[in-house]
Amino acid sequence: MKAEGSGKNEPVPAKHAEAKPAAAAAPAPKPAPPEPVLNRRHGKLLTETRYWPTEIWRNPWSLPRYRAGALWLAGIVLGIAAIGAGVGELAAWGEKLLALLGRSGLPPVAVAWVWVLVKLTCVIGVIVANGLWAVWWERKISAHIQSRMGPMYAGGFHGWAQTIFDTIKLLLKEDVTPAAADQVMHLLAPIVAIAPCVMAFAPVLFGDELAAARIDVGVLYVFAFASISVIGVVMAGWASGNKYSLLGGLRAAAQIVSYELPRGFSVVPVIMFAGSLDLAVIGQAQAGYWLGFFPRWFVFYPVVGQLAFLFFLIASVAETNRTPFDIPEAESELVAGFHTEFSGMKWSLFFLMEYGYVLLASFLLAVFFLGGGAAPLPHPAFIPAWLSIPSWIWMTSKAMLMMFVFLWFRWTFPRLRVDQLMDFNWKFLLPWSFANIGLAGVLIYLHLQGWGLR
Amino acid sequence: MSTDEMIVTGPGLEMDTMFVNLGPQHPSTHGVLRLGLTLAGEVITKAFPDIGYLHRGTEKLMEARSYAQCVVLTDRWDYCSAMTNNLAFCLAAEKLMAVPVPPRAQALRVVMCELNRIASHLIFLGTYGIDIGAFTPFLYAFREREMILDLYEALCGARLTYNYIRLGGVAADVDADWTSKCREFLEFFKPRIDEYDTLLSFNPIFLARTKEVGLVSKEAAVDWGLSGPNLRGSGVSYDVRKSEPYCGYEAYDFNVPVGAHGSCWDRYFCRVQEMRQSVRLVEQALAKLPTGELMAKGVPKIPKPPAGEAYAHVEASRGDLGIYLVSDGGVAPYRLHVRAPCFINLAILQEILVGKKVADVIAVLGSFDIVLGEVDR
Repeated sequence: MKAEGSGKNEPVPAKHAEAKPAAAAAPAPKPAPPEPVLNRRHGKLLTETRYWPTEIWRNPWSLPRYRAGALWLAGIVLGIAAIGAGVGELAAWGEKLLALLGRSGLPPVAVAWVWVLVKLTCVIGVIVANGLWAVWWERKISAHIQSRMGPMYAGGFHGWAQTIFDTIKLLLKEDVTPAAADQVMHLLAPIVAIAPCVMAFAPVLFGDELAAARIDVGVLYVFAFASISVIGVVMAGWASGNKYSLLGGLRAAAQIVSYELPRGFSVVPVIMFAGSLDLAVIGQAQAGYWLGFFPRWFVFYPVVGQLAFLFFLIASVAETNRTPFDIPEAESELVAGFHTEFSGMKWSLFFLMEYGYVLLASFLLAVFFLGGGAAPLPHPAFIPAWLSIPSWIWMTSKAMLMMFVFLWFRWTFPRLRVDQLMDFNWKFLLPWSFANIGLAGVLIYLHLQGWGLR
Repeated sequence: MSTDEMIVTGPGLEMDTMFVNLGPQHPSTHGVLRLGLTLAGEVITKAFPDIGYLHRGTEKLMEARSYAQCVVLTDRWDYCSAMTNNLAFCLAAEKLMAVPVPPRAQALRVVMCELNRIASHLIFLGTYGIDIGAFTPFLYAFREREMILDLYEALCGARLTYNYIRLGGVAADVDADWTSKCREFLEFFKPRIDEYDTLLSFNPIFLARTKEVGLVSKEAAVDWGLSGPNLRGSGVSYDVRKSEPYCGYEAYDFNVPVGAHGSCWDRYFCRVQEMRQSVRLVEQALAKLPTGELMAKGVPKIPKPPAGEAYAHVEASRGDLGIYLVSDGGVAPYRLHVRAPCFINLAILQEILVGKKVADVIAVLGSFDIVLGEVDR
């Protein structure tokens, strides 16, 4: 084979196909059998009728769709900035609304209650809208990470209405309670899980001063309420009457309780820098720029800031039960963990909770480390002040950026084993977050000695 | 202190074991395998693989089929790598009939088998990633596998059960379009392997899950009769393509990658490196594709090999696939036996799972890359 083949590199397909009937040495001149050809469709090789990702890999910018997509993206970013500049600060609109309520002739008590209801509606609206948005976004991002398209049909533009239809489907689904389940607990579990999530949003800043409630100990309040949800998760696992669910629920409890500690301790340096537990004060403490252009965000404080940011990010990922820490829902081991036996709206409440906590963690990351509502660059002098982008746009953009990081993690990393997960927490994350507090003390001492950061 | 030592025994301190069924319906048993696990706490004290859920009796069926019809049935053993099954049977039958295979057919057999090895290892890579919790490599691997299947479909019309390698040669020829498409795929694929390495192979979490897990020593691997990447992962350099070359493998330049410790990761990485070697092999075979006949002369439509027996084995994607063929001179084989690598690789599970934690079962099971179609036949 080697001797014959070495001289002739070009495959000659058509020739020896004709040689075959001759070799068979048929006596009569039968009509020649059709020449054997490769499978073709419309004269093309089948491989050419299918999508092969070779071209887009070689030079993506050569594809018009790719260039159009970049233009769309730029347009969307500019559009959001324009809407922001047009609307202005949302907190100011809130003040106007409150003033309007005050002039409506209602007694002050009623005004206060109506105002609370308005704010509650807004927060719940944010959480629900976030559920719709985050599911769609997660599906799109996972699709693009995995070189797929994701939802493309519902609603027309890139499947934007997909989650709306999904929600309608979930609302219409039969609510199944397994025979082995504890009926009352099974009903209560999603409620116990979602309620603290809504309450934890009370002091969360959506802009410089845009929050449902200004609480002096906001940081403590958020962490305290966020950790109540685990009771709902354990209830769900226990009440389902399913071994896998129970295992998932207990794993979730162990994991969430463990990761509470480094999550809390990693924020201590931030609290030390800002000198307050109030989220608004923490946000405002990061206003201003070093050398006139470099933002004074806590994440840019040397070593301490980056470490605290990383620890908080990792602990937040673990808190929200997402990959690489999604042990409670480990699909290849536990089917779906604690929500295996839930369907319809009960199930979607758990999902609303998960995405609610992702959003909460994203906003907290933005407030604690990324300067809150502060712009990354000072407002240029040549642009008039009324064109400035309001703080709620910056805050939301930073939160969305962090949310993207969450999704990015999920579709990149494998999953840790249970014991590795606990080892990582107790033997690495927790000691180092303690050490980080010490480092923050050193930094503050140096600052007081006149090596100041400010 | 290990968990085993912590099991306290004594009067009044009796510890109960728990029996857990893993499969046949479970997200990560790779087909219809049932694993019966006896647990003491988190530790496995006894494990047995229970097979037979996919038994279709192909060995018996073949005794009532002509030799040409048998090739069709071989596709159904290891359906992820049907070309090598075709080849193993055809080699055995050609040995019986003493038919020389033309060089072009030999080279095409090498191309197709190596492409199929890549496709098969891609399935392993993707599903193993899912077992460990990484979803994205699965879609990457299937994207590339899809291209190989497109090439196969253009070649022989089938995407899974090819029936392409026939007695005395191959069924269809390739043309310049096909070879250029194949080269395009190879050029695309080579950097993708590096991408898998950065995404999965050297991911710290993946390493932590697999590097120290499921160790199989050299001796144990040989004793249990492992073959293929599972054997080479334990450091034994045995490859049928090198030790008993067929289809002219002796003329190609390729290496046999071996692992160091026999861990899950070694078995995994052996396969990743084998994909690189397969790409080299396909490139070499395409570069010196000889011209000439596709089918050997003198193979009748219904062959009746002289009475006798023959054994032929090939390096299939999952190990040493052997066919023992006995003919009594009739139209159908008198007896056919398959040395199925997956079946033999599966047996070691009952030894190495003992003493492992439950969480490692999925990682160990996945790393042996079994296909139940071949285990049960």
